[in-house]
Amino acid sequence: MRVGIVYIGMSNTASVCRALEDAGASPFVMHEPCELSQAQKIILPGVGSFNQAMNSLKKMGWVDALQEHVLGQKKPLLGICLGMQLLLQQGCEGGDSAGLGYIEGAVQHLQNLGCQARLPHMGWNSVAYAQPHHLFAGVASESDWYFVHSYAVQTAHTESIIGQTEHDIVFTSVIAKDNVMGVQFHPEKSGKQGRKLLENFVVL
Amino acid sequence: MLKTRVIPTLLWKDFGLVKGVGFDSWRRVGSVQPAIQVYTLREVDELILLDIAASGEQAEIDLELLADYAALCSVPLTVGGGVRSLAKIQALLQAGADKVSINSAAYQDIDLLRQASLRFGVQCIVGSIDVRAEDGVWHCYSHCGQVKTSHHPVEWAKKLVDAGAGEILLTSIDRDGTLSGYDLSLIKAVVEAVNVPVIASGGAGNYEHMREAIQCSGASAVAAASMFHFTEQTPKDAKAYLNKHGVAVRM
Repeated sequence: MRVGIVYIGMSNTASVCRALEDAGASPFVMHEPCELSQAQKIILPGVGSFNQAMNSLKKMGWVDALQEHVLGQKKPLLGICLGMQLLLQQGCEGGDSAGLGYIEGAVQHLQNLGCQARLPHMGWNSVAYAQPHHLFAGVASESDWYFVHSYAVQTAHTESIIGQTEHDIVFTSVIAKDNVMGVQFHPEKSGKQGRKLLENFVVL
Repeated sequence: MLKTRVIPTLLWKDFGLVKGVGFDSWRRVGSVQPAIQVYTLREVDELILLDIAASGEQAEIDLELLADYAALCSVPLTVGGGVRSLAKIQALLQAGADKVSINSAAYQDIDLLRQASLRFGVQCIVGSIDVRAEDGVWHCYSHCGQVKTSHHPVEWAKKLVDAGAGEILLTSIDRDGTLSGYDLSLIKAVVEAVNVPVIASGGAGNYEHMREAIQCSGASAVAAASMFHFTEQTPKDAKAYLNKHGVAVRM
């Protein structure tokens, strides 16, 4: 299974690659959109700000290419952390900007969602499943995952909410719609169950 | 609910792991690679790896070695020591660090944190503060405790957070390696001054010390080195103890 990882400039792709190799896949980092044709599945990681990441994606020609492979050819896509947030229609980090728009909704600062706890939301926290999903096959609900973020997604439709997490407020931490999936936590840094989730994505 | 983290600190010098007392009299305590392997296998919450040679001697962290170490680590890894430029931060993140700890360079140019947090995100920038008390007054020290600065830790923590630090690693040099407990009043003062997570460091000798730092001083995470190197105590048992005393931890 060839899993292509989109390189946006600053992501820690080494640990994602390693985790995917352990899960039996052949991961490779894609520096150019044309490499998407070799990928059977796609991972969109990301650190930095929403605005900056979208600008990089646009500048490199990723937006149209991803649309063709994800919405056209229906290749499974997993967004991790900022990569999950980019799947929504709108972001505000670093200035308002449009996202990839595969899932209806927007990204907000946790404070604007009413969170009064210490931010960034950093460390291990659990995910309560809103509905069953293949990504979590063999992983108990309420397992802990490693989070590090200050923004969270708000989907327009509850059908795309797969899991939720509490940090003073309850926010959406896992989303999915057809072949598009996103997790706010870092599976590649979440020990054994993180590896299990990536394995589930690989065998999907 | 967010869990409180228990974090082993690994001090890396030349080719091995060391541990000292009061940032001095370093003892060899093993090798980096097996330590990371064991901690990863035991699913610790996070690891901190500080290259103390890179901090004091203007040396550079060996990026190839770091990449090897990071590849073994399936939990978040914070790396520090001699971090002085954006290029260095980028190199460390690319070698596999999840977070980068900045200490001495911030005193020379706090704008480094501002630029780094804009470029890489606040979530991967850790502001590290080393503190020594003299006549009851706290002072920040740079360069692995060798250079006294004019800054007070509470004010300095606020400045680091304003500049873009997403987390504060707060170490008491006085307590370091003593196993006599964290400086609870120092931790409390900094926790109350900033709204980002604070990692308590320096002085942990037993699980009760950790509970105090969390429940009395409000630390979001507790780091320890000597306690795990020189005693039979483990991160896993620490969390069992904390859990029994009402602290939410990842079991």
